[in-house]
Amino acid sequence: MSAATETALGLTESKGIGARIAKLVIYSGLFVVFAGPLLALLVSSFNHISDPTQLSVVPKTPTLDNFRIAFDHGVLKYLLNSFFVVGFGLLLQVAVSVLAGYALARKVFPLMTVVLVAILATMMLPEEILALPLTLVLGDLPLVHLNLMGTLAGMIVPLGAWAFSILVMTEFMKDVPRELEEAARIDGAGELRIFAQIILPLCKPALGVIGVFGFTMIWDQYLLPLLVATNSDSYTLPLALRTLRIDPVVTPGVVMAASLLALLPSVIVFLLFQRSFARGLTAGALKG
Amino acid sequence: MSVSEAPAATVEPPPAEQPGRGQWWSPVRRTGNRRAPGRAAGQRSRQGGKWWVPWLFLAPALILFTYFKFIPMGRALVMSAQDVRPYLGNTWVGTANYSEILGSESFRSALKNTVVLAIGQTFGSMLLGFCLALLVEGQTRKLSFIRSAAFLPVVVPMAVVAELWRIMYHPTSDGLLNQVIGLVGLGPSGFINDPDTSLASIAVTGIWRGAPYDMMIFLAGLAGIDRGLYEAATVDGASTRQRILHVTLPGLRPVFAILFVLAAVRGFRSFTEVFLLTNGGPNGSTEVVMTLIYKLGLEQNRLGVGSAGAVLLFLATLVLTVCVQLLRRRRTA
Repeated sequence: MSAATETALGLTESKGIGARIAKLVIYSGLFVVFAGPLLALLVSSFNHISDPTQLSVVPKTPTLDNFRIAFDHGVLKYLLNSFFVVGFGLLLQVAVSVLAGYALARKVFPLMTVVLVAILATMMLPEEILALPLTLVLGDLPLVHLNLMGTLAGMIVPLGAWAFSILVMTEFMKDVPRELEEAARIDGAGELRIFAQIILPLCKPALGVIGVFGFTMIWDQYLLPLLVATNSDSYTLPLALRTLRIDPVVTPGVVMAASLLALLPSVIVFLLFQRSFARGLTAGALKG
Repeated sequence: MSVSEAPAATVEPPPAEQPGRGQWWSPVRRTGNRRAPGRAAGQRSRQGGKWWVPWLFLAPALILFTYFKFIPMGRALVMSAQDVRPYLGNTWVGTANYSEILGSESFRSALKNTVVLAIGQTFGSMLLGFCLALLVEGQTRKLSFIRSAAFLPVVVPMAVVAELWRIMYHPTSDGLLNQVIGLVGLGPSGFINDPDTSLASIAVTGIWRGAPYDMMIFLAGLAGIDRGLYEAATVDGASTRQRILHVTLPGLRPVFAILFVLAAVRGFRSFTEVFLLTNGGPNGSTEVVMTLIYKLGLEQNRLGVGSAGAVLLFLATLVLTVCVQLLRRRRTA
């Protein structure tokens, strides 16, 4: 097979000085368009200049002032709130998903299809559309009559129900060979033991996928915290960015500094777990 | 693929579940008196033969879905037919909320903006994502660096994207993007401050964040295309354009369908970027259904009318999804 037939354009394999220059131009163009704005954000958060028009990719007078001022405005508290929400939210979401995935993948029971369809249907139900009634539910949970408005718990509990990760877990758990489970059963392992020591350890790649996706999804949450937070004490960092910007004494450099803190965790998680990420994208989109 | 429970329950030996009683893989049977009537019943229920075991595993998910998806959905449907008055009791108004919201000028303009924004973002992201995927398809290490860099916008929280673009869209001639378009002799543009360009500016931000996502899914689709087809096409003397037209595009058809649904739903529900970039302004030129619902429900406390809007938006999403799925089914059948 000749090299030029490897890809649709045959671009990456083409040699010669003209092709090289063309490639260089195309790829640096891509880099500028997609990574450039983020680079500008990074540089501006360390820049001493406060003028919004001076957002630039050239470091001028590096300083940590922007971060100092941001911390004076409570950014540390908002960051901790965010970490709290993402930590417990992810824990809850993963726990709920592996349990539900186990039942849906490894058991047969009446009404199983109904449950599966109901969970799948929520994927077609964007949380934005539920915003108004959700505030009422969170203000007075049916049966238990708890008021979660204004609490971090109110931002965490609804995150537990995410059809995507249940689906990924179910698909993955289906592929674990039946013989393993039967062997364990014959050796006297109970249901919990089979779940925790046989099935779950074999699903580590899927755990990676739902962990990474859950993290980015929760870290990106905006509407839910906006609905639940009744005062700035329970703001997450993304919410606080708007308050910071509206504050007349705060300069854009400070907003960029806080923004940098708000984007770093998800970027770091993405860079560390790129493989899981790519797997999840195809699992979520192409299997549907 | 699924357990048949009945034989398992009869064959199973007693479990060695208690900690310290040896490992589960031990070939030695721990107990011999498995027919002892008193113990057998209790043990069997622990072993998964019982009907309620799957429900126990499903319980957390079902409770959370009920509380935070199904009850709110039901409430939205009920409220959309009610005049919601806190502390005074709700009264049934039938379809009045629907006729009010459908008749209101602001809803119709918000609906128009939503559709325009969704179409612009959907096709913009798909077109750009497709071109990007073709450009960065391949195996070299350099490319994986470019791919990661291009993918970054997707993982950046929307709130940060909005704040960043707000500053880049600074409307005077020394704003970052105005400087850029000034290089080719354009502008300065008001971007999000100008009613004529505000919606397009939001669409551009959405495309910037959406295209890399589409690119990744296209790349996964491209990887599934048979290399031999390219070779055959080249041997037959097909140009690059013909190769894309007759090999790549047909091979990607299912990917296009899925991406279309995903992107369109994403466009319909767009809230955060609009809320943070313009909050509907200037002059309502960027008001979308979601920001309108938010204002109706949480700022004006008109929960009934807001819910009616939400239900309509949900129906639109549903119809779109079902249509595309049906089209897809028919084509593959």
